[in-house]
Amino acid sequence: MLEKTLQLALNGLMAGAVLAVPAIGLTMVYAVLRFVNFSVAAHMAVGAFAGYMLNAWLGVPAWMAIFGAFAGAAAAGIASDHVGLRPLRGQSALTLAIASIAVNIMIESAIRFFFGGSPRDYAIQLRRDWVIGAFKIGPQQVENVIIALVAMAMLFVFLMMTTTGKAMRAVADNPVLADSKGINPDAIARLAVGIGMGLAGVGGMLVGLDTSIDPLVGFRAILSVFAAAVVGGLGSIPGAVVGGLAIGLAEELSLLALPATYKSVIGFLAIALILTLRPQGLLGSRVT
Amino acid sequence: MTSYLVAMATFGAIYAVLALGLNVMWGMAGMVNLGIVGFYGFGAYITALLTVKAGAPIALGFAGAIVGTAVMAALVALGVTRLRDDYLAIVTLGFAEAARVVAENEIWLTRGTDGISGIPQPLKSTLGADFNAAYLIFCLLVLGIVLFVLERTRTSPFGRVLRAIREDAQVAAFAGKNVLAFKVKAFAIGGALAGLAGALYAHYSSYIVPEIYVPLLTIYIFLALTSGGLGNNFGAVVGAIVVVFFLESTRFLIAVIPWLSAEQLAALREFLIGLGLLLVLYFRPGGLMPEPRRRFLTKIAANK
Repeated sequence: MLEKTLQLALNGLMAGAVLAVPAIGLTMVYAVLRFVNFSVAAHMAVGAFAGYMLNAWLGVPAWMAIFGAFAGAAAAGIASDHVGLRPLRGQSALTLAIASIAVNIMIESAIRFFFGGSPRDYAIQLRRDWVIGAFKIGPQQVENVIIALVAMAMLFVFLMMTTTGKAMRAVADNPVLADSKGINPDAIARLAVGIGMGLAGVGGMLVGLDTSIDPLVGFRAILSVFAAAVVGGLGSIPGAVVGGLAIGLAEELSLLALPATYKSVIGFLAIALILTLRPQGLLGSRVT
Repeated sequence: MTSYLVAMATFGAIYAVLALGLNVMWGMAGMVNLGIVGFYGFGAYITALLTVKAGAPIALGFAGAIVGTAVMAALVALGVTRLRDDYLAIVTLGFAEAARVVAENEIWLTRGTDGISGIPQPLKSTLGADFNAAYLIFCLLVLGIVLFVLERTRTSPFGRVLRAIREDAQVAAFAGKNVLAFKVKAFAIGGALAGLAGALYAHYSSYIVPEIYVPLLTIYIFLALTSGGLGNNFGAVVGAIVVVFFLESTRFLIAVIPWLSAEQLAALREFLIGLGLLLVLYFRPGGLMPEPRRRFLTKIAANK
């Protein structure tokens, strides 16, 4: 029993690290633009398919194709935001959220139009699990965790050490003050959407490497992604990491008590619980 | 062709009841519900279980669907009334997803993905071939009653309080209104209507599966309500008609562009639904029939 619990906890932490990547994307876009962008789901799929084209069609190794997943989803994110959501800036957060759902449907159905709805696999070898003592670890999961950690480290360096990163944090912190200091809010918004959706794309491909991909690959994960961001505190990047790990753990440990099919409900329960007990999230500061 | 039109009109009426339910929650009380399909499916399952498994009469199935869904909606509302709009959207979306997962997995109760078949259709044996037409009339009758009652509600003191809460809950509370109670009631009424719509669907199609919880239906209803006019009951009905017409007319795209596969057509249709919703938000955020305002308020606005 203890071994099983530890094995599940290990799986949960690995799944959580992957989950944290799109959750950071969602929370970043929220931090700068102040609305929940539901089209994170579709951009996960865009990333997954961009990586798929590089990997399965052109033979690029999966870890390199991840860059393509980032670039594809980032470009799609900036474009869809510019065309679809920017005209509605200044409207209520809810109007923008609903518009982002419309954008989400349009992107997902566009992918389905060109690629069909049936699942596809990346061109990766199935490798046998490593057995270490009593534990089993999948090599692909380990690779995914490393990719997720590298992506997070790069984001950290960007936000903490570069001027643009500091400008972005300034806008998230106090848009009016940042504006008065001469930071161009439009440029920062575009950058935040690009990086945020790019990270969503990386997350989509990582999820796909673990299973398979289809146009709804992001949509199926979206409750977990939202849960990670909300539990950690919407708008807080460290929060999204903590939230991702927490949700990953909770989803895997739920297997001790519940059938696997109920895993997708855990995210919903976590959201309901955190909003009742601590609406600002674990690491969030603002309630508004 | 006639039977096709009858079927479409029936769906239009069911969607209209759903849109009216969403209008009570969102249009009147200002609480967005991205999980309206969850309540719809819940109602359909209640009546299916009551009439098929427990052998209850159809009327009891309808009553059970309405009351059961109202209670469920009230419980959800109790948990979420304090939440901001965007959190409310996430939580209600999650609720619908959870409801679908339960319907899929509690096989002992819902027969899982096999669904529940043999849901009785009222007077099917006596009506025979006329069933569909008669059921359409029944749906229209129900829709008419719902519309009448909701119009009365909208202009009643209760409806005015709801709108006051929607505009500014703090002011309403300051005026001595129990905001929580009003919000829960509005959610329960909206939920009851969604459950009613689900029951109408279940007894029409006679067969339901967990697919009934498809999130796309929520989007259809959102499109119906925003295009018709959020806050306007007649707008909700007009919007539902527009959406069904729009959905069905895209079916005929196959005649225009025959080289597309069925899957591509379905994808194209969903794309157009998304585009439609976006365009409504851009160009007619008030919908085709914007919410009626008091005349002096419009005058004040005009003089500004």
